[in-house]
Amino acid sequence: MSEPRTLFQKVWDAHVVHAMPRGPALLYIDLHLVHEVTSPQAFEGLRLAGRQVRRPERTLATVDHNVPTGDRHLPIADPVAAQQVRTLTSNARAFGLPLFDLDSPDQGIVHVIGPELGATQPGMTIVCGDSHTSTHGAFGALAFGIGTSEVEHVLATQCLMQQRPRTMEVRFEGTLPGGVTAKDMVLALIGRIGTAGASGHVLEYRGSAIQRLSMEGRMTVCNMSIEAGARAGLIAPDDTTFGYLEGRARAPKGAEWDAAVERWRGLATDAGAVFDRSITIDVSSLAPQVTWGTNPGMVGDISGRVPVPAEGDSADARGALERALHYMGLEPGAPLAGLKVDRVFIGSCTNARLEDLRAAASVVRGRKVSHGVRAMVVPGSQRVKHAAEAEGLDEVFIEAGFEWRNSGCSMCLGMNDDVLGSGERCASTSNRNFEGRQGKGGRTHLMSPVMAAAAAVFGHLVDVRQMVRESDEPGRGDDMVRGSERTTVSAGR
Amino acid sequence: MQPFTVHTGIAAVLPRVNVDTDQIIPKQFLKRIERTGFGKHLFHDWRYLPDGSPNPGFELNAPQAAGASILVAGPNFGCGSSREHAPWALADYGFRAVIAPSFADIFYNNCCQNGLLAVRLEDAAVRALFALGERGEPFELTVDLRINRVTGPAGFRAGFDMDPYRRQMLLEGLDEIGQTLRQELRIAAYERRMEALGRLV
Repeated sequence: MSEPRTLFQKVWDAHVVHAMPRGPALLYIDLHLVHEVTSPQAFEGLRLAGRQVRRPERTLATVDHNVPTGDRHLPIADPVAAQQVRTLTSNARAFGLPLFDLDSPDQGIVHVIGPELGATQPGMTIVCGDSHTSTHGAFGALAFGIGTSEVEHVLATQCLMQQRPRTMEVRFEGTLPGGVTAKDMVLALIGRIGTAGASGHVLEYRGSAIQRLSMEGRMTVCNMSIEAGARAGLIAPDDTTFGYLEGRARAPKGAEWDAAVERWRGLATDAGAVFDRSITIDVSSLAPQVTWGTNPGMVGDISGRVPVPAEGDSADARGALERALHYMGLEPGAPLAGLKVDRVFIGSCTNARLEDLRAAASVVRGRKVSHGVRAMVVPGSQRVKHAAEAEGLDEVFIEAGFEWRNSGCSMCLGMNDDVLGSGERCASTSNRNFEGRQGKGGRTHLMSPVMAAAAAVFGHLVDVRQMVRESDEPGRGDDMVRGSERTTVSAGR
Repeated sequence: MQPFTVHTGIAAVLPRVNVDTDQIIPKQFLKRIERTGFGKHLFHDWRYLPDGSPNPGFELNAPQAAGASILVAGPNFGCGSSREHAPWALADYGFRAVIAPSFADIFYNNCCQNGLLAVRLEDAAVRALFALGERGEPFELTVDLRINRVTGPAGFRAGFDMDPYRRQMLLEGLDEIGQTLRQELRIAAYERRMEALGRLV
């Protein structure tokens, strides 16, 4: 192996079972995550063809998308959702798959519990019938979303036919200013290259600003790779990665751990390896980002203004802008700061890990949710929830007037009862601001946890850096500055 | 899987960019455990008014789009969620092919798995089809995968590329899982090799 290779190439090469001449490769899948919404038809397909699950122990199932986040002791009120949850339970039983159901202390959003359990490891191939599978790339795994037919394919064969994607290097250099976080980094990237900017590519995030991020921050960045159209987004594993993984339930132990770490260190992109494309973003002057439109590429600085459609550079762009502003109920040229919000959602596979809740709590502590705003926190997993409660974060949120709920995807996509009403405007830490995503007619503004928390307190979009500056209590600003920088995390051990 | 060789049908134009899978099939319809029955919910929030009646302003409800089996849309069609319910809904509605300058990767793969042909045409060719749509008259297109070509009225003619593997799968309507299962010896050998290296636990 004299040719220098990228992290992606190393993981890809190690999983090729068979390369078709001039065609796709048959790729081995190390870990298959399964949830209730995109799997029932796959299991049905297996049954109809009389097929088994090839490697049940390489599969991990949980319920997250349509589960209620209220009282876990009550039955699921929606009969269709209840049936989907029951179907996963019976499929997991019939095919012998490990399942983390609603009663499990390990239940949570599939992309939160994989890392938490130590099931997500460097160098792996990981798939799930969910586009945000890219989250797991934070560990140096090649992780990507697939459809239900491919879910069935992996269940039956533990393999997938895949065309090799191209590679793109995304360098984040510099030091994040206070109040600016991993979420702002990835939103700025999507704003720069657009929602199809990385189609057909696997991203590798590199540079000093990435190295300084905690695993939580790295997961936030990789999570939204799909919003730039990328197949996946990876970060080379390092001591931060190993520190997060060591001791977790499914991580290797003892001599196996040492051997694994040595192997994982070799995954980093070789000097001289070539990417098909490259982009560099300096984060030192980055402002908190907030979306104003109906896709994650429609984003800008909180200090900025709603764009003016007439200034769009093509008829298509002008049309799309007009549609978006009409849906969002926004006036061209209006300042983003000051836009009144009705709802605040802190949750989702993007931003509902312990560190995200800590950051949001640091803004909320000692303050109240603005009158007329309904705000909720939905932890990413039951483990995150319990770890947050052990630190008293639940009390901080509840005293401020937030709802403190059980884990699930919740209002990120509104498959359960957590939805926006028509015309309601929401400050959300989730990943998609598509029309109707959080509820028909709902208007979503994506932002970081500290920005969403600040919006809850003020009742409108606000530059969280203003709170850092105005904070008269020592320490509070520091907590926020730390945002997604490296912190010691005890959840999930 | 239903093979795709050649199809002629009425085209509906949807001159919008970045049509995401949340629009194609909104989340409230993802709770079904079957592959069928999604067609009536296709583009639900655009297609119906709040009282449930058809929205006359939506492209697919235009009289010239009645009975359409080929959809023509703007770039980055199918972005967002991986939900295969999107191609299921398009196929269940009656579409056999979708034409756009570009598609999101997961959506494109999902179409291939369902015999729904996703055709990438040059931007200029798609604009020419939008212009045909603006005339307000129904028009037919022929999509021929055997010769990778789309033809239509007023001498419209455009070629397209598709990777040979995908193309063959679609032309023959092959069961991809069945194909992979034929590689069983190779898969088992890979697993033994990795186990020997201590990589599979």
